[in-house]
Amino acid sequence: MSVPDVKKYLRSEAMPTLFCTGCGHGILLHCLLIAIDELKKDYDNMVFVSGIGCAAWIPSPHMAADTLHTTHGRPIAYATGVKAYRPDLDVVVVSGDGDIVSIGGNHLIHAARRNTDITVIMANNKVYGMTGGQQASTTPHGCITLTTPQGNPERDFDTCRLVLGADAGFVARETVAAPRNLIKVIKAALTHEGFAFVETVSTCVTHFGKMNGMPSPEAMIANLKEKSVRGTGTDLLTKPLEDGRFYTGIFTSGAG
Amino acid sequence: MAYLQGNMACVEGALRAGCDFFGAYPITPSTEIMTAMARRMPEMGRTFVQMEDEIASIAAVIGAAWAGANAMTATSGPGLALMLENIGYAFATETPCVIVDVQRAGPSTGQATRPAQGDVMTARFGCPGDYEPIALAPWSAQESFEMTARAFALAREYRMPVFVLTDEIIAHLYETLDLDREIEVVEHDPPCDLPPFGDARTCERTPMPKFGEGRKLLVTGSTHDERGRRRTTDPQAQMRLVERITKKIERDRKTLAETESYMMDDAEIALVSYGASGRSSLAAMTQARENGRKVGLLRLKNVWPFAQEKIRDIGGGVKKIVVVEMNCGMMRREVERFARAEVVGCHKVAGEIIRPDEIIEVIENVSA
Ligand SMILES: Cc1ncc(C[n+]2csc(CCOP(=O)(O)OP(=O)(O)O)c2C)c(N)n1
Ligand code: SF4
Ligand SMILES: [Mg+2]
Repeated sequence: MSVPDVKKYLRSEAMPTLFCTGCGHGILLHCLLIAIDELKKDYDNMVFVSGIGCAAWIPSPHMAADTLHTTHGRPIAYATGVKAYRPDLDVVVVSGDGDIVSIGGNHLIHAARRNTDITVIMANNKVYGMTGGQQASTTPHGCITLTTPQGNPERDFDTCRLVLGADAGFVARETVAAPRNLIKVIKAALTHEGFAFVETVSTCVTHFGKMNGMPSPEAMIANLKEKSVRGTGTDLLTKPLEDGRFYTGIFTSGAG
Repeated sequence: MAYLQGNMACVEGALRAGCDFFGAYPITPSTEIMTAMARRMPEMGRTFVQMEDEIASIAAVIGAAWAGANAMTATSGPGLALMLENIGYAFATETPCVIVDVQRAGPSTGQATRPAQGDVMTARFGCPGDYEPIALAPWSAQESFEMTARAFALAREYRMPVFVLTDEIIAHLYETLDLDREIEVVEHDPPCDLPPFGDARTCERTPMPKFGEGRKLLVTGSTHDERGRRRTTDPQAQMRLVERITKKIERDRKTLAETESYMMDDAEIALVSYGASGRSSLAAMTQARENGRKVGLLRLKNVWPFAQEKIRDIGGGVKKIVVVEMNCGMMRREVERFARAEVVGCHKVAGEIIRPDEIIEVIENVSA
């Protein structure tokens, strides 16, 4: 299978990316562009909205499209305004776990509840990467971060379950360790009418892997492969797995 | 002629100016604006959204503005506080939008149904970093109508958020007003391919671009160059951005800072006031004149940019300047910076209008 050339979707001046070597966010960027290409999307009719964080840099400045790089936690609210005023535009939010579900969780659940016709792609590296690796609301119990040096005493959000609880019509999770599947999932999300949520489990080797027994990009990818369990259906989400394993797949793509 | 409360006059002004996106979260004493918009906007084929909080409201407004809207929100102090980070974003990204803030007694939740003028410095300095706001301060239903409309024109012209700072009194005061006054209907800029954030060397306005035109816009609240490219460690870029968003207002301050003078020519005591307090001041002035006191009034129609030249030019005949406002002296400090005569405050923070007799008392005290 040939990989489409996605250079035309990128701002050449923004390349190479500023991401650390081995950062999972670059894989997500690539997969998103391939999905756009394979769907033959009108790129000029798309708007990419992000907040603040490493993941928020996935669209801005890399993508040569209309991009709105907003404030920390608020991209979904900005996107709601864009979409409400111009329903004909294809509005996609790409941002981090800290951005989307820690500081911005309120906007996430409300967009799901309203069934706002946008796609939200959350790059979940389970940490605040940009600020140097502090606990996020997605950091698993026990993990070491700068603000949980003894191990995270709290539980993490299952964000897919959260948005499902708010009646999101499309909910999926995939990892950057399975790019082919990730492209498929993003394509399905981008074609879904109504609110679509894709949690992309990404990697931050610099500020998460190194502290948690995965000192290299390879170790992090291997971990994602080992821990992800393929499945479909919403009831999977009510049965959390043990040992840090988690389900991936499209949990629901029904009406919102 | 119409008979409307100030809040409704804001709605009429916004609709006439071409407001086509409204996003807000309910808060007393601004709520009537939102509930009227909920009805009127869809009737007119325009967009209304109720958001989950004020952070989301202003974010949606800014997003809509980049999609091409003449967008507005309405709130009161606690909501304004929540909006500040994103209002700063609008300043940095040169995004036109209108924020009506109906001031109520603070700090914090304060007295939700009671008037104050305690948000003037929030508008001035509430956002982090340097910026120069425009804040209009209507004192009547007529001005609520005209100034809200004008705010849209100014927002477009200067590509920035513009505040309309009313207060609970003006908002809920029913008055007759003329809705047939000429209103500038705000035109959208035609597409062009100039850099979206201006020429690097001047603060000249560049047309507001919008999404969906193939411009590949890079919009960011991080320091950026004229094409929106992030320049987060470049001292020149930082200086240029701050200069760009401040110089345009400094340059036009004299024309932007509108005032109205009453009997200032022979005045020995000058009242300086704005908004609802301006009305009490006018009444006090009239009464004081009847009592033989030479009192004049300089009313600020904009609190920002500040009419510093007009304050400095208050004539040598004026021995005392009395600043009348429903706060502990926010604008008084500003007046003190420029006045040549001694400045005295007539302040009240009781969640009540300042009555003319209370102003007269201050006038009598300073005359003694
Ligand atoms: C209001 C506000 N609070 C805090 C910050 C600091 N900050 C910048 S990025 C970030 C976390 C980003 O984490 P995430 O969204 O997960 O992105 P990542 O860097 O991990 O990809 C924080 C806390 C900010 N920019 N604004
Ligand atoms: S800090 Fe982490 S998330 Fe940010 S670029 Fe580096 S690896 Fe990626
Ligand atoms: Mg993160």
